[in-house]
Amino acid sequence: MNDMANTNQAKVIVQTADFDVANEYSLLANDNSDGAVVNFVGKVRDFNDGSVVTDLTLEHYPGMTESVLNQLAQQAYERWPLNKVTIIHRVGTMALGEQIVFIGVTSAHRKAAFAACEFLIDFLKTKAPFWKLEAGDDGDKWVEARDSDEQAAKMWQK
Amino acid sequence: MIQVLFFAQVRELLGTAKTEVNAEGIATTEQLRAALAATDDKWAKVLTSDKLLVAVNQTMSQWDTAIKAGDEVAFFPPVTGG
Repeated sequence: MNDMANTNQAKVIVQTADFDVANEYSLLANDNSDGAVVNFVGKVRDFNDGSVVTDLTLEHYPGMTESVLNQLAQQAYERWPLNKVTIIHRVGTMALGEQIVFIGVTSAHRKAAFAACEFLIDFLKTKAPFWKLEAGDDGDKWVEARDSDEQAAKMWQK
Repeated sequence: MIQVLFFAQVRELLGTAKTEVNAEGIATTEQLRAALAATDDKWAKVLTSDKLLVAVNQTMSQWDTAIKAGDEVAFFPPVTGG
């Protein structure tokens, strides 16, 4: 099914508005050549590094961010037999529990879809120019990059 | 001129999101960083952080990447999205 892999175009969106997972799922799941749809949603968590978090503000680099996300999607298409790829990342201020990021991947079989989805979120976290500012009991704090995220991305290097 | 952008903590600590630098005598990202760091002690401290990253024309780059007039160069900390 994947002879056309390199012509596949991912859907990549950076927006302030929330996204509707059911709607994104139905758009991903409407092709009967796919047997697998894997979705990942990242949310605003109440705790980080021992501090209470009340909301989160995401900053990005307009232009470069979209370009990096498209490059990551192309790398996933080259590596696995995928059909559809959707990456939606929000920017601006988000309250506790709100959705931050959506990654959706479809393929004929589950293994490729699971792997590509995890690859995309691991690489997004370490390569795409987004920065988190947490507001909490201790005031505003820029989130530090984690070594564990860097290690997770390195695991995908062949 | 070289268009210079700052993001996240770097933008906040410097108190500005962008500036312009005359490209004369600046051939690499490291030379641009040194020129900006010479502004004052605050700029020196922020721009000599060993965690600082640089992108040239919206592509991640190294400290020996060549730059010229008309380029867009961005300085920012390690990314934390997702």
